[in-house]
Amino acid sequence: MARKQSAALDRKKFFADPILTCSVIVLIVFLALFILYPLTILLIDSFVKDGQLTGSIFDNIIHLERFQKAFFNTMRAGILTALVSTAIGLLFSYVDVYVRLQSKFFERMFNVVSLLPIVSPPFVLSLSMICLFGRAGLITRKLFHIYNANIYGLPGIVITQTLTFFPVCYLMLRGLLKNIDPSLEEAARDMGASRWKVFTTVTLPLMLPGLGNAFLVTFIESAADFANPMLIGGDYDTLATTIYLQITGAYDKQGAAAMAVILLCITVVMFVIQKYYLESKTAATLTGKATRARMRITEKSITVPLTVLCMVISVFVVAMYIMVPFGALFKLWGRNYSLTLDHFKAIGDLGALRAFRDSALLSVIASPITSILSMVIAWLVVKKKFKGRGFIEFTSMLAMAVPGTVLGVGFIRGFSSGVFHTGFMQNLYGTSVILIIAFVVRSLPTGTRSGISALRQIDKSIEESAIDLGADSGKVFFTVTLPLIKDSFFSGLVTAFVRSITAISAVILLVTPRWLMVTVQINGLAEKGLYGEACAYATILIIVVYAAVALMNLFIKYFGTSKAMREE
Amino acid sequence: MSKEKKGIKLDHISKIYQDPKTKKDFYAVNDVSLDIEPGSFVTLLGPSGCGKTTTLRMVAGFESPDTGSIYLGNEKIDELTPNKRDSAMVFQSYALLPHYNIFDNVAYGLKIRKVPADEIRKKVTDILALVGLSGMETRMTNQLSGGQQQRVALARALVVEPGVLLFDEPLSNLDAKLRVSMRTEIRRIQQEAGITAIYVTHDQSEAMSISDKIIIMNAGVVAQIGTPEEIYYHPVSKFVADFIGEANFLDGRMLSHEGDTGILEIQGVKIRVPEASHIADGKDATLLLRPETAVVADEGFFPCKVILSCFMGAYQSYHVMVGDTKVAVMDYNPRGKKIYKVGDSAFINFDQGKVHVL
Repeated sequence: MARKQSAALDRKKFFADPILTCSVIVLIVFLALFILYPLTILLIDSFVKDGQLTGSIFDNIIHLERFQKAFFNTMRAGILTALVSTAIGLLFSYVDVYVRLQSKFFERMFNVVSLLPIVSPPFVLSLSMICLFGRAGLITRKLFHIYNANIYGLPGIVITQTLTFFPVCYLMLRGLLKNIDPSLEEAARDMGASRWKVFTTVTLPLMLPGLGNAFLVTFIESAADFANPMLIGGDYDTLATTIYLQITGAYDKQGAAAMAVILLCITVVMFVIQKYYLESKTAATLTGKATRARMRITEKSITVPLTVLCMVISVFVVAMYIMVPFGALFKLWGRNYSLTLDHFKAIGDLGALRAFRDSALLSVIASPITSILSMVIAWLVVKKKFKGRGFIEFTSMLAMAVPGTVLGVGFIRGFSSGVFHTGFMQNLYGTSVILIIAFVVRSLPTGTRSGISALRQIDKSIEESAIDLGADSGKVFFTVTLPLIKDSFFSGLVTAFVRSITAISAVILLVTPRWLMVTVQINGLAEKGLYGEACAYATILIIVVYAAVALMNLFIKYFGTSKAMREE
Repeated sequence: MSKEKKGIKLDHISKIYQDPKTKKDFYAVNDVSLDIEPGSFVTLLGPSGCGKTTTLRMVAGFESPDTGSIYLGNEKIDELTPNKRDSAMVFQSYALLPHYNIFDNVAYGLKIRKVPADEIRKKVTDILALVGLSGMETRMTNQLSGGQQQRVALARALVVEPGVLLFDEPLSNLDAKLRVSMRTEIRRIQQEAGITAIYVTHDQSEAMSISDKIIIMNAGVVAQIGTPEEIYYHPVSKFVADFIGEANFLDGRMLSHEGDTGILEIQGVKIRVPEASHIADGKDATLLLRPETAVVADEGFFPCKVILSCFMGAYQSYHVMVGDTKVAVMDYNPRGKKIYKVGDSAFINFDQGKVHVL
């Protein structure tokens, strides 16, 4: 049987829609040029020397002691962080879904804690870690009079990364736990199992793929994390920081490329397992929604210890964030705790205004581009059928697994001497445009994912009815699709802005003196040990970011999808 | 509606799909040819998976056929995208745009066609009056009942004055009573607008009550085309007979013919059946006996044993065994009649002129 005629007709119909055709072509070019190509050039770079295929670059790198150390450091930190984050995430989600909480306060606390890592710049936790537990730490030195406390290295990295990433696990696992049908557990209880037995024989096995999922996602995040190891790692270098040092310190771009390929391989393998194996397993074991509300656990012997544990962690997290503005206000951390605005004045003299202006400007330009692009991608992936759809979906999701450092090196290698070292588009390198593109690529996957899940909620026939009444693809997108996923669009806009203004890993490799980036400034100050100034910067950054999020919520409240509509 | 009515022609249409599990190709629609007259109301009826919705979606342009062509009026429309086709569809889920009010929903197609604003206002007002929703212009779609949403969907399709109106199981989300009143409504509005309509449903009573012609589909092919009466009284196959209404089948053999009338022997009993010239002498034949045409009586054609007797109000429902064959009988208006009990022996009786032979 041949499906030639329908394929030919579908093709004709596709090309009869110029807006659809154009958007697909633009997207494919964009994704190929700015995601696939930089990664390809890294591969080429690490195998080709002087025009000849060689394994020597890899050979050199693999035998480099610094690389070996970094590799095992990355794995160790990744596994530890992922384990602890998943465990804490499970604890929080279990308490949220299964335990009857005594007051609204906990719910609000959970919300705050899960929101914090989204709105916080990546190194805030490292900064406050140093303030609290460092050599001049408030707790270590003031409270316990430990003068040689060493938070730098593996413990520091694991603690900061865990606090940063466990909320992601919490949100993932909460969604899964909510989908477990309570009757399954009630059946087990009914047959005589204790609560603990139910948890180990029913709940946990059902959650297993989901836990694996959370583990791998956290592992990828940890391996890709640049800011925390940079600040609090001390001499505990991970791959991400080593790649950076290889470029900025050793000027070995080819070696950096080879390391980047290895880091990329690790994250992509994890990503593929997570995306294509575990996600389908999760979907298979946890189908559909729970039919009834769950009877919450009320036994004091269970609720009290669990909530107390969550409380302690939450308080710790919140304390860490509060520490940053204090760090900015104290005259000299560890010595002189009198309040002062000196640090703010100091960063003002260092060009903080310009840095914020530059960062904000580029982020403001990047976020609508990201948001529109990700909505268009989501729309094409969910609602349209065409050749190349698989490519678009895969590439935009792949970007999720690409560590910022790898992307940064890829951009350097890919564009500093033009595309494929031909000089074509060479002018791009060193401009603000490439920074904006890096912002867009970095935020694209999150936006796309949220767009896809929003669009899946919308009945296909709603768009079909608009097409049927004569609207072309562009018209449908702007009059039907976009208005229906407005909320997702707005939040994508702000998430892109937040991610851009707090981005560091790719940016630190691409930035030129013409543009001052806030995050790069903070990193520089912290490296010099000027924690007060770094905290001052970070404080303002948190305020800016929080204002953006508040603005978004306000916007969604008044201009978003109407409440009545959402209830449908 | 001053526009010229358009007919639709499907010329040897097929659609091949791939089974997602076995990865094997199969015909969802297989060599379907139809000729639908301008202004007529035609229903595609069949069990789920018979290809009726796929056929409708090919007419709308959402799917492309693998063989054959589709003509709307005299125009071949195969290569046109759905938005360029002169058809309008009423969806099963209504598919109203939830962010627009009723007026804007109905006006959507007119705005796309760049109709002047005052004309839009007039047309929308008129069409809302036709579907009985005057004064509801500013309501949001979720403030309407299912039936009202369906009317909006219908108004939205009608207002652009399409060459053909397509219905994809439009009433299946409504409750039973509303379904009955809505189908009468749809028929009335279609007649008033004088528009060609193709209607997809799996509900036979809906199809019977609404259509000029019914097209019965099964497994991708057309099983029979005809008026509701033709299909009910003269089904061409067991499938059609069974699908439309309830049917009992009694197997036998054609002995001889007297003109058009056939002499059929079933379990030793000879029956004279009308319009039997399509079955040759000596061939196996099946008698189609509708439950409402038969009665259980003290005398009749076939001796039988009652295995179920149940009072249904409007009729007494019997299941009887005729030899090895179970036969359902509905004896209407049972009040005052003799009621047979389970285990009784009796006869099945019927009017020989009102049966059909397959």
